[in-house]
Amino acid sequence: MASLIQCPHCGARPKEEFSIKGSAEAERPAPDAAEDAWFEYVYQRDNPIGRIEEYWQHTSGCRRWLVVERDSGVHTVYRVLDATAARSSE
Amino acid sequence: MTSQRLKSGGLIDRNLPIAFMFDGKPYQGFAGDTLASALMANGVGLVGRSFKYHRPRGIMTAGSSEPNALVTVGEDGRTEPNCRATTVELYDGLVARSQNRWPSLGFDVGEVNALLSPFLGAGFYYKTFMWPAALWEKFYEPMIRRAAGLGRASYEPDPDHYEKCWAHCDLLVVGAGPAGLAAAMTAAQAGARVIIADEQSGPGGSLLSDRREIGGAPAPTFAAKISAELASMANVTVLSRTTVFGWYDDRVFGAVERVQKHVSVPAADKPVERLWRIVAKQCVLASGAEERPLVFGGNDRPGVMMADAARTYVNRYGVAAGSRVAVFTNNSSAYCAARDMEANGIDVAAIIDPRAETPDYDGQARVMANARVVGTRGWRGLTGITVQRGGEQETIPVDALLMSGGWNPIVSLACQRGAKPRWSDDHVAFLPPAPSDGMRTAGAAAGIASLGNCVQHGASIAVECLSKIGIAAKPFDAGPAEDEPAFSVTPLWHVAGSTGKAFVDFQNDVHTDDLGLAVREGYGHVEHTKRYTTTGMATDQGKLSNVNAIGILAEVRGTTPGDIGTTTYRPFYTPVSFGALAGAHRGRHFQPVRRSPLHMWAEKHGAEFVEVGHWYRSAWFPRSGETRWRQSVDREVLAVRRNVGICDVSTLGKIEIVGRDAAEFLNRIYCNGVAKLPVGKARYGLMLREDGFIYDDGTLSRLAENRYFMTTTTALAAGVLSHMEFCAQVLWPDLDVRFTSVSDQWAQIAIAGPRSRDLLKQIVDDDISNDAFPFLAAGTINLMGGQLSARLFRISYSGELAYELAVPASYGEAVANALMAIGEPMGVTPYGTEAMGVMRIEKGHVTHAEINGTVVPEDIGMGRMVSVKKPDFIGRRMLNREGLSGADRLKLVGLKPVDPSDDFSTGAHILNPGAAPSMAADQGHVTSTCFSPVLGHHIGLALIKRGPERIGEQVVVWDALKEQDIKAIIADPAFVDPAGERLHA
Repeated sequence: MASLIQCPHCGARPKEEFSIKGSAEAERPAPDAAEDAWFEYVYQRDNPIGRIEEYWQHTSGCRRWLVVERDSGVHTVYRVLDATAARSSE
Repeated sequence: MTSQRLKSGGLIDRNLPIAFMFDGKPYQGFAGDTLASALMANGVGLVGRSFKYHRPRGIMTAGSSEPNALVTVGEDGRTEPNCRATTVELYDGLVARSQNRWPSLGFDVGEVNALLSPFLGAGFYYKTFMWPAALWEKFYEPMIRRAAGLGRASYEPDPDHYEKCWAHCDLLVVGAGPAGLAAAMTAAQAGARVIIADEQSGPGGSLLSDRREIGGAPAPTFAAKISAELASMANVTVLSRTTVFGWYDDRVFGAVERVQKHVSVPAADKPVERLWRIVAKQCVLASGAEERPLVFGGNDRPGVMMADAARTYVNRYGVAAGSRVAVFTNNSSAYCAARDMEANGIDVAAIIDPRAETPDYDGQARVMANARVVGTRGWRGLTGITVQRGGEQETIPVDALLMSGGWNPIVSLACQRGAKPRWSDDHVAFLPPAPSDGMRTAGAAAGIASLGNCVQHGASIAVECLSKIGIAAKPFDAGPAEDEPAFSVTPLWHVAGSTGKAFVDFQNDVHTDDLGLAVREGYGHVEHTKRYTTTGMATDQGKLSNVNAIGILAEVRGTTPGDIGTTTYRPFYTPVSFGALAGAHRGRHFQPVRRSPLHMWAEKHGAEFVEVGHWYRSAWFPRSGETRWRQSVDREVLAVRRNVGICDVSTLGKIEIVGRDAAEFLNRIYCNGVAKLPVGKARYGLMLREDGFIYDDGTLSRLAENRYFMTTTTALAAGVLSHMEFCAQVLWPDLDVRFTSVSDQWAQIAIAGPRSRDLLKQIVDDDISNDAFPFLAAGTINLMGGQLSARLFRISYSGELAYELAVPASYGEAVANALMAIGEPMGVTPYGTEAMGVMRIEKGHVTHAEINGTVVPEDIGMGRMVSVKKPDFIGRRMLNREGLSGADRLKLVGLKPVDPSDDFSTGAHILNPGAAPSMAADQGHVTSTCFSPVLGHHIGLALIKRGPERIGEQVVVWDALKEQDIKAIIADPAFVDPAGERLHA
């Protein structure tokens, strides 16, 4: 994993300042979505080797939630976006 | 060994003698010495015993690759085992001891291991000590650990301190030898921000061991001039005694600086070691090259040493390796060592070279071509060598043998992120991998052989690095360098037919037979060989041994070293102390301590504190005559139930929420409805996780139309805040809501008991009568004639008439003091978290002991709280799953023993009477227990299948640990005031 994370608000900061929640791939289903969709969202996680998106929070910095796109097989970080901006751009 | 100090020469200061002790005997050296050079100057050749066979060992190198001369330095808390004598700088009063010997270095009982060596081959402990298995832990392992070992750590605390820091630069130069200094000068003159680090006591590297001239001055003078110039520049940081031990992602480097390891008494205002994390845009690795030993019988005898090390000792320290020496080499560089010996008046008996064609040599020594050393004589020190040439053997009496098997570029750092070094037949060595992520290798580390070329290479690599980050630089010109003939080398991985053990890895006692055995037994892959034989696994990480082992493996397997490949390079390059890695995080500073704003108040009243996460909470307040905690807790509970008590609840998480959509946001966060909570009111709230289970509970108060104040449990204060931030930023960014933690801003005091209002109204200006300020009222009030604005909440955890008063943190102690003073005539009693815990169990209130991640609101009797009207809240959809409302779920009930003198423990299981304990028979478990001073017996809360339907039923509380079967009755969880009348009083 990277040593430094490029926070869009704070710049390059050591990874120890961040907390990782997990995959950012799944979007929260609508409240009335089928149980299967909710089951997928709450429990099912792929564990791929390669490019993944994760939610990281800059807990010891600006406290913003970020979407970190990185490679789980090698240590490359491709992109770090503010999660609000990332979600609204989809 | 009779080596001794020369009459003149070296970089030591002969005007500054230094006294030191080795194995209890006093010796003298000079400023500028290492422990190794000073021992050699005193004729001490035997300095340690080997790991497995306890063979006598001497000093083999002059640097950080030393495998043999490991000593324990310092006393008491400053005891440091396994120090390489070759890197320990001499200081006045230094105390060093040899290791792995008993009773003494000269007479070591462990020598018997050498006779057992046929049984101690590779993997011996996997084979020999297999049976009986029971003996492994009690006998074999302790025995092996005692016999085979290194130095022992001290049990005394380390009196020194350590620190950590970050640094940033354009160019990091690792190594301050010829290439490193040239690279640093090139970058420095271009105005770049430069850090240059070197593990030695000062910059210079190999220049300090050299007699040649460069830039019109002797090499050491040149090094001193350049480093002084670098040190004077504002854009350059020169770090001496600093080992760059690791290269991490994003061009972050780890380094350890030994700030005060070379002084008699460390100054208290400086750390002894400093751990650096250096973020470098570019890096020049100029770590030089390591000379390879030759592998022949008896090559570990004290007196056999690396040729270049002998050169360092004579040129830098003015110490002769011996009085009559021989050189054994397969390459041209050791001829320079022979020349430097002769220049210092040391008799070089012979240069033994296995090659048919040898370089020109104009000294006195006899050059023997086509010759090999096939054996050594002496036991605790070298007395002679056996040389074979053609079919003839000849014994040459010498007291030192200088060996050189070629040179390994030090590529460790460049390979730590996964790149593999490349084998070069021309160099007979592994060369660094191609440049990557800002890392370039220069000088000898890149396989460059001569002094002048190294300097030029360092300068031009620096120019390349700087061009990558947009800095134009001109290569530093050092002037002409005196150079030697072109380097030539022919591989010689081991000397066949030599007598005695031929060591490959000196520190772990791995010899050629072990490698052969590993291949025969199927462990021929380099990574397998390493682990099977332990070659390269000692504290030196195989700096001298790895490439020889690869060369020998290649021969045994009939392939090339390039085909065998290297093992994996990892940090640390050399050992790093735990002290440096821990930095300031030790003892009381291991983790932060959080003290409530009422900590001093509680301390004044004699509180016993308990650690809760980082917090120190007051647990109970013993009074004179109370010898057991229960006495204090029982008294505190009764005082609250009958009169009034005050308790510090400042550690609760506190979050203030504002915004136009605050109500809507909170409605989605809690499972119960909070949107219609009126201003001036508080409400209990339950948060679920998205999977439907309870996450946390607390209270929510509406202070104004768009302003709320939330409390969380102490444990989840940070978690709830992050969770809310996730919801606001990721799930519902369209909602206009903002919040901030105010946990540290407010001191919060619970005032509980039937007389709490009587106490409180004496300091509260506002009307707090039951009509004006009823149960669950919340709002801003004034204290003590308008002196202070505060917040008051009529909420109760104890089940009594109770309030929580929040004041700005810095006023907490004053307000608590005022309450105690005003309440004294009433007998106000401070109470702690233990009494609070008893009262909440008596009242049937839950904590995380009950809401443990497997519990839904229905399970704790709060099913009806869950909103059925809200279209969405966290956990809503998954809460409706069939299994979360099944009839057989564990549900909250109270539990009391049939015999009032009985007691039971948290974690005990519930069984039906007569049922044998089994998973199938399990009815649930006890979640909380306490002694209820109100009821006069123990009570508990439990999660029991269909619990509320079974109130009054008798069950068995089964505790396998205590071997107890206690009869108990299932009860309503609210033992005290089940109707809740006191809350509304």
